[in-house]
Amino acid sequence: MSTNPLIPKDNVPIARHPAAEAWEMFRRNHAAMVALVVLSAIVLVAIFGPYIYPIDPFDMVWAPFSPPGVDGFILGTDYLGRDLLAAIIHGARVSILIGLAAALMSVFIGVTVGALAGFYRGWVEEVLMRITEFFQVLPTLLFSMVIVALFGASLPMITFAIGIVSWTAVARITRSEFLRIRELEYVTASRASGTKNSKLMFKVILPNALPPIIVQAALMVGSAILFEAGLSFLGLTDPNVVSWGQVIGSNRQYILDAGYTVTIPGIAIFVTVLAISLVGDGLNDALNPKLRQR
Amino acid sequence: MTAPLLKVENLRIELTTRDGVAPVIDDLSFELGAGESISFVGESGCGKSMTALGIMGLLPEKVGRVASGSINFAGEELSTATEKRMREIRGNDISMIFQEPMTSLNPVYTVGEQIAEVLRAHQNLSKAAAWASAIELLDAVRIPNAQRRVSDYPFQMSGGQRQRVMIAIALACKPKILIADEPTTALDVTIQAQIFDLLNDMKRQTGAAIIMITHDMGAVAEMAERMIVMYAGRNAEQGPVEQIIERPRHPYSKGLIACVPHIMATLTEERRELTEVAGIVPSLREFGKNRCLFASRCNMVTQKCLDKRPPEVAFEGQQMSACWHAEAV
Repeated sequence: MSTNPLIPKDNVPIARHPAAEAWEMFRRNHAAMVALVVLSAIVLVAIFGPYIYPIDPFDMVWAPFSPPGVDGFILGTDYLGRDLLAAIIHGARVSILIGLAAALMSVFIGVTVGALAGFYRGWVEEVLMRITEFFQVLPTLLFSMVIVALFGASLPMITFAIGIVSWTAVARITRSEFLRIRELEYVTASRASGTKNSKLMFKVILPNALPPIIVQAALMVGSAILFEAGLSFLGLTDPNVVSWGQVIGSNRQYILDAGYTVTIPGIAIFVTVLAISLVGDGLNDALNPKLRQR
Repeated sequence: MTAPLLKVENLRIELTTRDGVAPVIDDLSFELGAGESISFVGESGCGKSMTALGIMGLLPEKVGRVASGSINFAGEELSTATEKRMREIRGNDISMIFQEPMTSLNPVYTVGEQIAEVLRAHQNLSKAAAWASAIELLDAVRIPNAQRRVSDYPFQMSGGQRQRVMIAIALACKPKILIADEPTTALDVTIQAQIFDLLNDMKRQTGAAIIMITHDMGAVAEMAERMIVMYAGRNAEQGPVEQIIERPRHPYSKGLIACVPHIMATLTEERRELTEVAGIVPSLREFGKNRCLFASRCNMVTQKCLDKRPPEVAFEGQQMSACWHAEAV
């Protein structure tokens, strides 16, 4: 760095850490910032809510169909007289947990498949990408319904059913990133210093391929929550665990008499998924180098 | 002289292209002694880099292969070695630095991690020991304040500094051969001289032999003892650097030397004008034909050049030239 006293210190351009730059880009996306705050609040509710509001969502605590705000129940009660606020708070846990776990699972499958295909090319790529295409053309909701119907509606099975149908996008993104990065000079340089293939794949190339995968994963948490809501609306859910979709599903017969019992969990899903999508959009701004300096 | 460290004999490397198989390296032989430095010179597309990749066993998969000939390193045949054995050799016995220091380092790891990684892979050093060596190596390649810079990311360094880091990585395991593929092409002229100084110093300290690939005759004069002028995948001329610069025996070497301003000036006072080697390197389709591939650009061309590939003619002082008219050049 220059020590010339004629050059003011502030004018010396300093290379900034990529993480700092990414945060700067994220902050410029106002919608994403608001969404991040909302999402944090939802996650906090999911984690601590049940301790602060320890009413069991399966307990019949009051008369059925008590509207929101009446009789001291902020969100009212459902057709069995169960506290809706308790259902929303306890359901947040399950919805977010399934969303995260299913997204994690599809990232795991997708990254493995995409990395192997993009790194080894040749017949490995052929086989893996044909399998990916096979999963892509399956009607996703139908396929996961079949899995849940066949193997039982436990939380792990629902997570599996969602994860197994949604990893294809990650696989394709990972493969395309690998195809690009494997030709870069630092990969050759790494090869030239005797790095093993497994290390090249997961320690050299993968970290550089992560940004678009992270964005995709964030969006997938949202779609997994929607997916879970869809399945539980159809009754394909663990009856012993409350989730937002399940609340909608169990109250759907009373939609005309007590619309709030369906609307309130619907809003919870809507707000959460929207927040996740906006955060994902912000991550895209932050991590996509093509949008930099715009 | 004892047995050479690296002995390449009649090497032929073929690339599969859309137009068929082309020999990008055609019948190349050379020897490299321990601690010696040799330069490959030639224009782009003459097969200099392919030679380097061939030695490293890093030819583009499924496209390039060693078709015949041998690459013998310290008594071991590399062209038939297993991938596992090659991995042990790469970075440990033979290492390589590349043209583009800006893109040759992994952007997501600190330079210290990248240096330590090679040491840990090849020498089973502990994390702490590898880190300590990384600092020492950074210091050895004259990066100021190595203690602090070791945890810098590549993007925090300039091109010259990154090339120094590359050299540190390449020399971390004290290799016997360092291949430098146009190490200064992407750098400022002022930095180039520093990098050459550094390479020469490191060579003295570690005793590594250096194979330098370049198209810059000035760099050759500065770095190498012997040079190989390559043209279209073939050895055009080979011999001691000073001898070739003074008395080239191949019209192509002569042309290359005439392209360089400061060497020219000392050679012939009366001709200040720079000359060019007119024309371009023939396409891969032409490679491997039984004639002199330089003929189309040569002003000494005769029918003989077009009919038959010229053999290598030996001159005194281990100079060799593959030209029908070598005597007359």
